[in-house]
Amino acid sequence: MISTRLVAATEGEELNPLIPHAAEIVLSAAVFLLLLVLIWKLVVPGFEKAYAARTAEIEGGIEEAHAAQKEAQAALEQYNAQLAEARHEAARIREEAKEQGAQILAELRADAQAEAQRITSAAHAQVEAERAQVVAQLKSEVGTLATELAGRIVGEALNDDARSQRTVERFIAELEGESAN
Amino acid sequence: MILASTLSAASTPPSPGPADFNLPAIFEIGALEVTKPMVLLLISAVLIVALFAAAARPAAVVPGRLQFAGEMAYGFVRNGIARDNIGSHDFQRFVPFLFAIFTFVFVNNYYGLIPVVQFPTMSHIGFPLALALITWVVYNGAGIKQHGFVGYLKHETVPAGMKGPILLLLVPLEFLSNILLRPVTLTLRLFATMFAGHLLLLLFSLGAEYLLLHSENALAIPAGIASAILFVGITFLEILVMFLQAYVFTLLASMYIGEAVADEH
Repeated sequence: MISTRLVAATEGEELNPLIPHAAEIVLSAAVFLLLLVLIWKLVVPGFEKAYAARTAEIEGGIEEAHAAQKEAQAALEQYNAQLAEARHEAARIREEAKEQGAQILAELRADAQAEAQRITSAAHAQVEAERAQVVAQLKSEVGTLATELAGRIVGEALNDDARSQRTVERFIAELEGESAN
Repeated sequence: MILASTLSAASTPPSPGPADFNLPAIFEIGALEVTKPMVLLLISAVLIVALFAAAARPAAVVPGRLQFAGEMAYGFVRNGIARDNIGSHDFQRFVPFLFAIFTFVFVNNYYGLIPVVQFPTMSHIGFPLALALITWVVYNGAGIKQHGFVGYLKHETVPAGMKGPILLLLVPLEFLSNILLRPVTLTLRLFATMFAGHLLLLLFSLGAEYLLLHSENALAIPAGIASAILFVGITFLEILVMFLQAYVFTLLASMYIGEAVADEH
């Protein structure tokens, strides 16, 4: 190992890794500069174009989203307004219906009362008419009954129809005259 | 080559060292010896451009798989490194440079782990040195363009709020650390980690091979197994280090640029 080192050392300066070869410096610089130019011309523009396009796209997308949001907001407001209006309308209709209901109820009540009155008065009139009829009937029957009763009490003497008839008529006429007076 | 040397010297243990980094030339162009890292360096540039150009070409708003993967790497450097350190006002014009640095160092580092390739290019100091020098030119150039030559020198060397004789001490120190030493530290950091990492991998792989196959010592087998396990562990460590070094190099470059073009300290 030591011997090889010695051999290497005696072979010359080239084994010192810190001493650069001029050819390598030149080649490295040349290749790198060539690489730099090619990257500058062929690589960077493409990537930058993609970046720029992407940025533009994203910004456009954001703007679009903003617009959509605004639209949605407007629509929401409109719907809310419409909803409030509809609620108002419904309340109004309900109120109206209530009023109408009350009115109808009152009308019905009035009608019913009128009808009841009408029925009552009709009944009164009928009763009155019937009473008058009964009174008229009673008048004739009372005469007959009274005559018959008196005949039975007084006997055959009163059987003479014509006479008794006249008496009765006279009596009733008197009665009527009294009632007329 | 390594295999051949170990087989021929079955009885002497291997001793990985700096010599293992000096690979023989593959072929020669005139006086220039073309070595493996040189070829790898060229291939890395081709790979990077081919991959990312293909990824960036669609430039689609909704990326495909390749574009998505490319954008992840690009966005990491662009947003995570450049924008955070240089500021959103100035960073855009430095993104190509930083992205090139990051991908270049990244690919050349990971060469160290790819089977057959297995050589981190940046373990030859000449390669990171060139990158560090270019970085030095870029950040100083950006600063001079921003503040003027004298203004930039003042910007870099005179700490904000400092007055009086203390400046006699501070200005040379700041000049040394901000202008002179930065390329040196950039170079050494990248070079040394790649060099040391590769050396460690060599040590434990060759050690495991020798201990398990060629040694006659009774303790050689358990030691060999331990060596093999360590090799695996260090490989995982290297996966992290190789990324980190690419990241740190790019991060520091962006910080130097950010400092140079900043309005005030």
